[in-house]
Amino acid sequence: MSQTKRSEVKKERRSFLNTLLKTGLVAWVASVIYPVARFLIPPKMAELNVSSIEVGLISDFPKSSSKIVRFGRKPIIVIRKESGDFKALEATCTHLDCNVQFKSETEQIWCACHNGLYDIEGKNISGPPPKPLAQFKVDIAREKIIVSQMDLS
Amino acid sequence: MKIYEWINERVDISSIKKIALKKRVPIFYGTIWYYLGGVSLFLFMIQVFTGILLVLYYQPGAETAYESVKFIISRVEFGWLIREVHSWSANLFILFVFFHMFTVFFAKAYRKPREMTWISGMILLLLSLGFGFSGYLLPWNELAYFATKVGSDIAGAIPIIGDFALRLLRSGDEVSGATLTRFYGIHTALLPGIFTVMLGLHLILVQVQGMSVPPEIEKIPEKERKSIPFFPDFALQDAMAWLIVLNIIALLAVFFPWELGPKADPLASAPAGIRPEWYFMFMFQTLKYIPAHVLFIEGELFGILLFSIGGFIWFMVPFLDKKAHEGIRTPFWTWFGILLIIYMIVFTAWGYLT
Repeated sequence: MSQTKRSEVKKERRSFLNTLLKTGLVAWVASVIYPVARFLIPPKMAELNVSSIEVGLISDFPKSSSKIVRFGRKPIIVIRKESGDFKALEATCTHLDCNVQFKSETEQIWCACHNGLYDIEGKNISGPPPKPLAQFKVDIAREKIIVSQMDLS
Repeated sequence: MKIYEWINERVDISSIKKIALKKRVPIFYGTIWYYLGGVSLFLFMIQVFTGILLVLYYQPGAETAYESVKFIISRVEFGWLIREVHSWSANLFILFVFFHMFTVFFAKAYRKPREMTWISGMILLLLSLGFGFSGYLLPWNELAYFATKVGSDIAGAIPIIGDFALRLLRSGDEVSGATLTRFYGIHTALLPGIFTVMLGLHLILVQVQGMSVPPEIEKIPEKERKSIPFFPDFALQDAMAWLIVLNIIALLAVFFPWELGPKADPLASAPAGIRPEWYFMFMFQTLKYIPAHVLFIEGELFGILLFSIGGFIWFMVPFLDKKAHEGIRTPFWTWFGILLIIYMIVFTAWGYLT
């Protein structure tokens, strides 16, 4: 074999080995990072599949009052209006997830965190909230207040 | 002395001593700025010391965290003092880091060859804010709970990686006891580890390159400039400043204690007057006044975009302000700094007054 040919073979061999090493390195890094990244995210808890909850008796709610209760994992706010009607809405502000509160003087829903305001129907009317609050259905059966998911139909 | 000789025979430490003795501190109108980095360092050391003490009694977890902090401040002897010093020192630390950063900015100390010192300092600032954010949740009180809900929800609005970031921070979909455990780990293991390495790098750079002086002072011939030795002259002055700061912390801890407030309750409304730590106030106040939609993007995302771009520019100042390397002050960067300070002060004050 001539001198040049030999060095060419050497070069080829070197670049082959380099590629092999680099691929190996990338594969090694990936095989370390992947399990770590997966480890950092906790396993999905079984969805608490709640379709309806009982929040108490009508007598527990004076007119113009509200209560935050747990619906599955999420908090919802149950409001009794001045008129005596009930309203149930998601209790977390659509802006940055703070829990809202019912303002009985104005019959509005207010979030103290960034001054977001919703009307009694859950529609965002001023401040930073980008979306209205999700609605829940309220039924009354034998003096008991039952809140359930809105029918998706 | 014998110990020194013994070590020196095996490892050459006399060269380190020589470097230390050679170090000099320039004397001019801005000499007082040189205390700021040192005081920040001292406050960090207080944090490590009091933090280790608090770990001895603190118990993370939704059912134990609040109770254990209550136990520390009411039952453990001098527990109140250790917690108050930790809280006050944390706040003063952020304050001094800001002072330090702005004096470095206006002295143009980030100009060549100190770009890396600026970058390492900016990373330290981010880590410090991380310390503040993660530590704020640990007492598991009402304010902390909602501040964490908001803070992690902001992370969730980042495009593409938002969902991953949110679940990573919260350890689930909601802020819960699992979040608390995670924040505890971040606050007491992850951040201290990275911070210590970064701080070491930052300090080595300062030692290797010596003290920076503003461009105007640098123009004076070296022989006409005044300076004093670091050892023992400036070190003693440093010690004096540290002692004063320690006394101020003691006074604040005794006369202005931090309220623990009510325990976090996932089913309570966010209370009126809720606010984050003061150093996040200007951002918090800005978020209040960004409308729900700006052009075609959600206000939340617009806010993130705004602060990321602003932060990135600030980070990259040594590479953007090219004239600084020639010792020239450009009005643009001077005004950039001044307006930034005005914006931060005005929005912070506004946040507290409304």
